[in-house]
Amino acid sequence: MTMQVYLPISEVAVNAFVLLGLGGLVGVLSGMFGVGGGFLLTPLLFFIGIPPAVAVATGANQIVAASFSGLLAHLRRKTVDLRMGTVLLIGGLVGAAIGVFIFNYLKTLGQVDLLVRLCYVVFLGIIGGLMFIESLNALRNARRGAPPKRKKHTWIHALPFKMRFRTSGLYISVIPPLLVGLSVGVLAAIMGVGGGFIMVPAMIYLLGMPTKVVVGTSLFQIIFVAGFTTILHATTNYTVDVVLAVLLILGGVVGAQFGTIIGTRLKAEQLRILLAAMVLLVCGKIALELLIEPSELYTLAKPGGV
Amino acid sequence: MLRFLVLLLAMASPAAAQPAEEVVLGLSQDTVKISTNFDGSEILIFGAIKRETALERDPLQVIVTVAGPLRPVVVRRKERVAGIWVNTASVEVDSAPTFYAVATSAPWSEVISHTEDLRHSVSIPRAIRSVGAPMDVLDSQAFKDALIRIRGGRSSYQLLEGAVTLRQQTLFDTRIAMPANLTEGIYPTRILLTRNGRVVSRFETEINVTKVGLERWLYMLAQQEPLLYGLMSIAIAIAAGWGASAAFRLVRSS
Repeated sequence: MTMQVYLPISEVAVNAFVLLGLGGLVGVLSGMFGVGGGFLLTPLLFFIGIPPAVAVATGANQIVAASFSGLLAHLRRKTVDLRMGTVLLIGGLVGAAIGVFIFNYLKTLGQVDLLVRLCYVVFLGIIGGLMFIESLNALRNARRGAPPKRKKHTWIHALPFKMRFRTSGLYISVIPPLLVGLSVGVLAAIMGVGGGFIMVPAMIYLLGMPTKVVVGTSLFQIIFVAGFTTILHATTNYTVDVVLAVLLILGGVVGAQFGTIIGTRLKAEQLRILLAAMVLLVCGKIALELLIEPSELYTLAKPGGV
Repeated sequence: MLRFLVLLLAMASPAAAQPAEEVVLGLSQDTVKISTNFDGSEILIFGAIKRETALERDPLQVIVTVAGPLRPVVVRRKERVAGIWVNTASVEVDSAPTFYAVATSAPWSEVISHTEDLRHSVSIPRAIRSVGAPMDVLDSQAFKDALIRIRGGRSSYQLLEGAVTLRQQTLFDTRIAMPANLTEGIYPTRILLTRNGRVVSRFETEINVTKVGLERWLYMLAQQEPLLYGLMSIAIAIAAGWGASAAFRLVRSS
């Protein structure tokens, strides 16, 4: 049975089950890894024929729902560092505003599409690669029974404005989390994603937070960044498609709950290696699109639009 | 004397302005309503040719065109630069119909001449208006061809040769399938009667494509109250996230 649904803002008809399935898939990832899934959802929406501007804006809206569903599950399990989340969020919102400014500036120069793709390839590649190698090593060490390395004191611990983050078991300066939030916010706005896939590894490797807390805390700050992006797109570009969002959300919220259950049953290293593989896969796909000659060299766009 | 002149004028003017053969048209529907389960629409266009004079020896042909609202569009071309495929050149087409279907009663070369096509803008390339390309683009025709190719692939542009059935040079009908990706607006619809490649009569009407119900309401809200619409979208997202979480707790605790 086909069940076509006409989307009022996208002005296309799409099979409802395809949208529910996409939402579900991204929801599972969101619950498992604490990433919003925007880096996966946005390219998938392009693929099924949703106009790019609508895909980016509506993707942000769906991320709010999936992340909120996941966050509630983490809050019950007390695996959210609200204090750390707030510090990251302050940096994130400032960063997002800067990012939007940079994005609009690049748009006037043209080639913003290419830049976004290159950003995807570079950041997904670096982060996926680093995470993959690191978690592979950790997994091997765990098999061998070697004790995990103890946290080292680095220059980060020498910075002023120290704050106690009890849930994370950290006593560090607020400067590194603010900077992490800021840079992730900039990248998130340029790439049109929540930024979880950058935030999660940054929290693990730069801030030294425990993996189990990282997921919930990341979800907490993603909700606000994605919500901010949704409002921004709705008021400036009129590109949030609420019918599309509802279908993605219905699939996504259910998926996120399953994802959270799967996430708690897996070891931290396994979780990280899976996320790394996923990130590398998307990176490879986008890189191939840039390298292989497209079957249609021409593309159509609205004047002035993305 | 004056009366005679009036009579003469009355006799002369219809011959000059009004064609000898006229179209009496019917449409299966003059409005296409886009609702939530809209999946394209098929419109039956039918009619009869009214004649004041005897049937001429040369056969009459019928062309039916349906055009969507005109919009500017940017066509970009990719080229390989330093190993990667990058948009290098672009041409802005000033006004291209978002939908265009042209159905004929015979092969294209038999129904209309090149000059008549130019005059009446009947074929797909003629329906697209492009004033000029930037200085650095020398092959602007390739961009126009690409536009027709891409939109043709989405069934937005259709050339339907021989799709008009003409019976006894009098009754005609054709079906135009409109895809789901329709733009709202007035769709001018033309019926052209041709003989020996020349247009002998034309008739125009319009089909109104409009969003209805929830689709209309959401679209208007998004355009007129964007902040409210954005907040509503987020509220739905939060409520759905909470609802799913609560539902799962119920399922797991029971």
